[in-house]
Amino acid sequence: MAIKSPTPPRFSATFDEYSLAEIRRAASTGIYDIRGGGAKRKVPHFDDLLFLGASMSRYPLEGYRERCGTDVVLGSRFAKKPIHLKIPVTIAGMSFGALSGPAKEALGRGASTAGTSTTTGDGGMTPEERGQSSMLVYQYLPSRYGMNPDDLRKADAIEIVIGQGAKPGGGGMLLGQKISDRVAEMRTLPKGIDQRSACRHPDWTGPDDLEIKILELRELTDWEKPIYVKVGAARPYYDTALAVKSGADVVVLDGMQGGTAATQEVFIENVGLPILSAIRPAVQALQDLGMHRKVQLIVSGGIRNGADVAKALALGADAVAIGTAALVALGDNDPVHETEYQELGTTAGAYDDWHEGRDPAGITTQDPALAARLDPVKAGRRLANYLAVLTLEAQTIARACGKNHVHNLEPEDLVALTLEAAAMARVPLAGTNWIPGLQTF
Amino acid sequence: MNMIENEVSFDLRKNTLRDLNQALHDLSKTPGAKYWRVRNPDGAHAIAAGIKAPVTVNVEGHVGYYCAGMNQLATVIVHGNAGVGVAENMMSGLVHVKGDASQAAGATAHGGTLIVNGNASARCGISMKGVDILVKGNIGHMSAFMGQAGSLVVLGNAGEALGDSIYEARLFIRGSVASLGADCIEKTMGDKDKAYLAEKLKAAGMAGEVDVAEFKRYGSARQLYNFHVDNAGAY
Repeated sequence: MAIKSPTPPRFSATFDEYSLAEIRRAASTGIYDIRGGGAKRKVPHFDDLLFLGASMSRYPLEGYRERCGTDVVLGSRFAKKPIHLKIPVTIAGMSFGALSGPAKEALGRGASTAGTSTTTGDGGMTPEERGQSSMLVYQYLPSRYGMNPDDLRKADAIEIVIGQGAKPGGGGMLLGQKISDRVAEMRTLPKGIDQRSACRHPDWTGPDDLEIKILELRELTDWEKPIYVKVGAARPYYDTALAVKSGADVVVLDGMQGGTAATQEVFIENVGLPILSAIRPAVQALQDLGMHRKVQLIVSGGIRNGADVAKALALGADAVAIGTAALVALGDNDPVHETEYQELGTTAGAYDDWHEGRDPAGITTQDPALAARLDPVKAGRRLANYLAVLTLEAQTIARACGKNHVHNLEPEDLVALTLEAAAMARVPLAGTNWIPGLQTF
Repeated sequence: MNMIENEVSFDLRKNTLRDLNQALHDLSKTPGAKYWRVRNPDGAHAIAAGIKAPVTVNVEGHVGYYCAGMNQLATVIVHGNAGVGVAENMMSGLVHVKGDASQAAGATAHGGTLIVNGNASARCGISMKGVDILVKGNIGHMSAFMGQAGSLVVLGNAGEALGDSIYEARLFIRGSVASLGADCIEKTMGDKDKAYLAEKLKAAGMAGEVDVAEFKRYGSARQLYNFHVDNAGAY
């Protein structure tokens, strides 16, 4: 008979429960884990910042009484027809294919009600989306799935996607089970195969080429549409500077907390920068070039509430984009589907196998029966409500800081709770006037 | 700008590229002259990009990047060499380069026909999505990389990694192939394939000029269409 150990079992901090399970899964399947969503590990984020608010040295504005502007103009550098958003929150690019038709329609309905734009994503523009989105940004992606000049002309802006926060340097992966007849036709690929999107554009390689590519897109659209350049947060100072050099009207900077339809877990969790650390270098690049507020900066990656919006703006962004939060607002990961989430081996709030096409909420699926569960009118209303709350919250904070427009928020309004956040956001550690780190990049 | 009956002549040393392209784009709203001459292109970029009208544009000289990009319906003839991405993402119509073409000729093009009398450089037909490309000379490496649909006919030789990660594009090479890319294989050339090739040659104005029996056909082995770990070494 074995002698029972006198000490309790002790698990390794390195080989924790999740790591052990992942090793077993890898050994069993022979392939890395692919999933949707975004980074789940905890990284420095906007929670590590606080607003100071007004007391003696600052004079606040009256909440619910005094006006606090929220509008933003995007694309004022070159475009004949800049985009004028009522709120500084936009909907990030999410493809038809990754999302169902009703989900795309709901995004359009909600955004239009709120006075903001949606963005297409990989795989082309759908009539539903163009029909429901009062302002639609057409993504120009490496794969060029469904890309055609008619849709470019129908768009209100063009976003050249170079990188995505969840996978800077990586391409997409839409597994065969989500490739319906319609998705396959739009992408000119056989039904049922894994659709691997390219990680780099096929006909240009660097910023000098991109400058010429942007010229072509401007010529194609008679210089009417703002040209956005989207990069994953990796080398934000240089990437922003080069985007400006290439002629971008707007730079979109996506942090590692940004979502993805599907990619390798190891990629999601280990490549790219938290958005908190990327905003100031990007703003610095714009300031060094004399282009801050002339080339607008949209930041994304883990925006959840009005405080996140206000903090991003205070650090120098002109607007934010939301993806994951928008899906949650529509109804993704809602506990109302808990029984079905459990049948899929997960739970509401943790469901991330968006690429498998079995989303009980009908949002990240191409299954007609599941997609029909989402009422695009009701879901659009929920999104509009959520966007309104984000805006109201940001306004509340801005007024408390004495600002009559959310764009008047500034780094001086912020302090950091941690050394890491102070260094990354370049604001003082709370209670001190100390900003750790060098002033060079 | 100089109008001679049904032809418009544009001199890019006297007029701007913007003026030229705007005039060509306006044809999709208000039809006008059917024939256009572009003089002194001097390697400018994006010449005749974004046309959507059944017109013929003769460009008298060398062009830079993205000439005739996203072309719809038009015939664009370059009497010289073309830079990177000529006829990129073309939807329909014809683009004919009388000289050589640089990289990414016909990249991602969904339809129409691209003819290059000379050579085309690397990545000719990259991510092609339905275009018919005919190159009378040689093509460079990684041509038809991730080619999804359409045909690539080459009378000369092909460089390394032809058809890497190819989907359903159909490749016909008369000369040598330096090497094939991942999942690209030589396929048998049956009567239907010969008829298909003959049709493409005829459409390019080369009916009877070359024997279809001199070509070899290449396409996808379809082994990498769905990821499997045992194929990981192929990537």
